[in-house]
Amino acid sequence: MANDPIIEIKDLKKTYRLGGVDVPALRGVSLSVREGEFLGVLGHSGSGKSTLFHIIGGMLAPTSGRVWINGVDLGSLADAERTELRKTTVGFVFQRFNLLPTLNAEENIRIAQHIAGLAGMHERHFEHVIRILGIAHRLHHKPFALSGGEQQRVAIARALVNKPRIVLADEPTGNLDSENSLAVLDALKSLNQQLGQTVLMITHNPEAADYCAERVVRMKDGRIA
Amino acid sequence: MIHRLVVRNLFHRPIRTGLTILAVAIEVMMIVMMVGVSEGLLRESLRRTRGVGADILIRPQISGATISGADISAKLPDILMERFPSISHAMGATVFMAGNVQTITGVDWGDFDTMAGGIVIFEGRSYEAPYEAVVDEVYARQEGVSVGETIELMSHDFTVAGIIETGKLSRVFVPLETMAELHGWQGRFSQVYLKLDEASDVRPLIEELQTLLPDYRVVSVEDFLALTATSLRQMSSQFVNVIISIAVVIGFIVVMLAMYTAVLERTREIGILKAIGGSKSFIGSIVLRETLVISACGILLGYGLSVLGQQLVGAKYPLVPVILLPGWMAGAAALTIVGSVIGASYPAWKAAKADPCDILAYE
Repeated sequence: MANDPIIEIKDLKKTYRLGGVDVPALRGVSLSVREGEFLGVLGHSGSGKSTLFHIIGGMLAPTSGRVWINGVDLGSLADAERTELRKTTVGFVFQRFNLLPTLNAEENIRIAQHIAGLAGMHERHFEHVIRILGIAHRLHHKPFALSGGEQQRVAIARALVNKPRIVLADEPTGNLDSENSLAVLDALKSLNQQLGQTVLMITHNPEAADYCAERVVRMKDGRIA
Repeated sequence: MIHRLVVRNLFHRPIRTGLTILAVAIEVMMIVMMVGVSEGLLRESLRRTRGVGADILIRPQISGATISGADISAKLPDILMERFPSISHAMGATVFMAGNVQTITGVDWGDFDTMAGGIVIFEGRSYEAPYEAVVDEVYARQEGVSVGETIELMSHDFTVAGIIETGKLSRVFVPLETMAELHGWQGRFSQVYLKLDEASDVRPLIEELQTLLPDYRVVSVEDFLALTATSLRQMSSQFVNVIISIAVVIGFIVVMLAMYTAVLERTREIGILKAIGGSKSFIGSIVLRETLVISACGILLGYGLSVLGQQLVGAKYPLVPVILLPGWMAGAAALTIVGSVIGASYPAWKAAKADPCDILAYE
């Protein structure tokens, strides 16, 4: 595990303007995440976790402050470059799985490869990830035919298939029962350990954060507490 | 993979996709059929004129593609035959516009038979009594008449004496004298046809006749056909263009609505694709590809409907020939694709610029 920070955040602020009223979501967040680290970001609803998640993922521009991903200042990137970042450097896992309903499990994973221009590549990695996640027998099923836990594992496979250096997981167990939650957390932990990818997991569940994160930071009112 | 996604998306809402394809198909069919009917009527008219077998046509100076009246002296054919030995046969005819894009022609049957080089009578005989008529097979089929039945022409009852091959001057023929009596055209013709022994004599004779008959228009039948075709195409083009424009606009609106609805419905999927690195062009291209698939299916279905329409019109209305022109079938496809792509541009743009954070915000 390297000690270089792969995510570096300095005094990050984000204010939404809703109906003429400024609503601060982040009030100066500074954070450093080492490469290969499993970081848990813990906080209640409205604490700014998801805003942080979207800014790190290059989907949202901050009001002020700076974010470096793998040494690249996100603020210096154009929209297309941020899109490129999401293709290759960052993988997302969402609370509600967000699989495409018209594609089966395998196609949901492979579309990420296709978008990244990596179709047909990393086949051994693909099989490795599928094996770790235990979804090989469910690859030809559509999302509606999968359990919540299986859907989330497919979503994790999609996030990992392009070998991103960072995996951002936003409440990955938020929609799962305890048994499936445990399976997903185990999968994330196992993938972090075996593949060495940096995982930043946002959750409101302290037990989930403590179970698999090496380090846990708490967010409250838009700040790291 | 993207093709699979596009096809799956279309199958995800089969009724919407099917209705959109049907709308595109109707657009294609409207264009192909409209042009087909217009061109079919024109070509059939030209075929019948050519079928007279004449080389030169003499008409009143002021007349369009069709005439209804009689201003030429009935003595003219005999005078010309006597004066110009190169004329092997001359025939006069009177023409009455029946009001349903059909003409009734008064002609001396013996003259006509000679001019046309023999007319095939499928059933019955030529007319022998004043209020007898001869119709061609297409007219007989459309109107469901057979020999011996009575039909109403020019507000008078005529008995069908015979049914002849189609493509000879007109669809309905009555005796010259009867036509003259009904309209007060005694001693006059609507037009005169001349047949020459040698084709090389046509041009010199036309020049000579035009000098001799300055009040009439003397043209070769081939020139007349070309002029008529141009004139009728100009007349019909405005109407055809209006119909084509309406069809294209309808196709444009239907495709735009369908794709706009699809984009609104799939905002979440669009957000997911953007979140995993889908570029604006990638997202936009999915919408445009779906549109192209719909257009291609609609075009093929439209061709099928056009062929079906051609058969149905042919069976129900034999007087309305429909010609499916390959050039216009390709043109209809091009118009449809262009209209559809323009129609899908806004939904594609809307999808491409969608903000994944807004879409996935409730996470």
